[in-house]
Amino acid sequence: MRLTKPAKAGTYESNDIYIMIYPTEEDTFIEIESIVSELYGKHIRQVIEAVLKEHNLTNVYVKAIDKGALDYAIRSRMLTAIKRGLEHE
Amino acid sequence: MNRIRRSMLFIPGNNPGMVQNGDVFDSDALIFDLEDSVALEEKDAARELVKQALETFEFNAELIVRLSPLDSPFFEADIEALKKLPINMILLPKASVEGVKVLEKQLRGTNINIMVLIESALGVEKVFDILSTSERCLGLMLGGEDLCVDLNCKRTKSGQELLYARMRVVNAAKALNKFCIDTPFTDVNDEEGLQKDAEFAKALGFDGKAAINPRQIITINKVFSPSEHDIKHSLRILEARDIATKEGKGVFAIDGKMVDLPIIKRAEYIIEVAKKLKLVSDNDED
Repeated sequence: MRLTKPAKAGTYESNDIYIMIYPTEEDTFIEIESIVSELYGKHIRQVIEAVLKEHNLTNVYVKAIDKGALDYAIRSRMLTAIKRGLEHE
Repeated sequence: MNRIRRSMLFIPGNNPGMVQNGDVFDSDALIFDLEDSVALEEKDAARELVKQALETFEFNAELIVRLSPLDSPFFEADIEALKKLPINMILLPKASVEGVKVLEKQLRGTNINIMVLIESALGVEKVFDILSTSERCLGLMLGGEDLCVDLNCKRTKSGQELLYARMRVVNAAKALNKFCIDTPFTDVNDEEGLQKDAEFAKALGFDGKAAINPRQIITINKVFSPSEHDIKHSLRILEARDIATKEGKGVFAIDGKMVDLPIIKRAEYIIEVAKKLKLVSDNDED
């Protein structure tokens, strides 16, 4: 499945994560900025990848700006962004 | 006895920091809000965040979600998401008989109950009917801010403009053996004002009070808990009752005042609440 349009979800508030997703012709690429990148960057990537996989989404550029979000928040922001990105105009 | 509901803390549904830490503030109930505290364009995000949080964490508090009003475009999506979640109640804003009927139908087959938010002049006048509409409807909250808009009056700290509404909703709730929660006190920096407002609400018969900031919980819980004096006095009444029963006496007196059934019932209730709050143990009754 492919996104129909770019979408975003989340905020820059503490404990949240700001997710932007864009449809692309390239392979899926995930870029993460995080205040806890060294410790949890790999884990954040895994959560994002899992949600993309659940939706069989390919060809997505994900930009995530993390402010210390827990897994449930990362997951919920990804789900919201994907729902928004799959909506038709 | 029913759950203790001294305090109910509103948690903005789109704020992860508040949502995930809701349980640490010692509020008897948490109300995850999908209505007023969430911007229109973020309703879907808040719904998803609350859903993921409730599926992830185990909370000790009673769990309530305030959904979008019946006449909003978000009601259907809210209810679809909520009825699969481990929550105790849904708080229905701008409650009406029609609204409770629709919600009742949607909740069939679930264990989720209903709490109504009475926040219009018509809602106040119809409160008995609204509460009677469904057995699932366990109680109410008074919404003072919206009510004052409807009444075209100023919301004041003294709350004199809410006196009729407060008395009317308490009476309706008590007549139907349902709980009633007072409107929030909106100046979060005025602790003394909060205490006075909560004490007044308690004196009218409210079971608890809504909070819009975690800092308000300690004061509200204290006001709506039995005081040390009440507990001691109630224990004396129950002790005297036991002695009177053994001696075959119908009525008895404490400090020269006659004690009859309503006073005994009140003492029993206070001790029951105190036990639940661990302010008294079974041994204290011996």
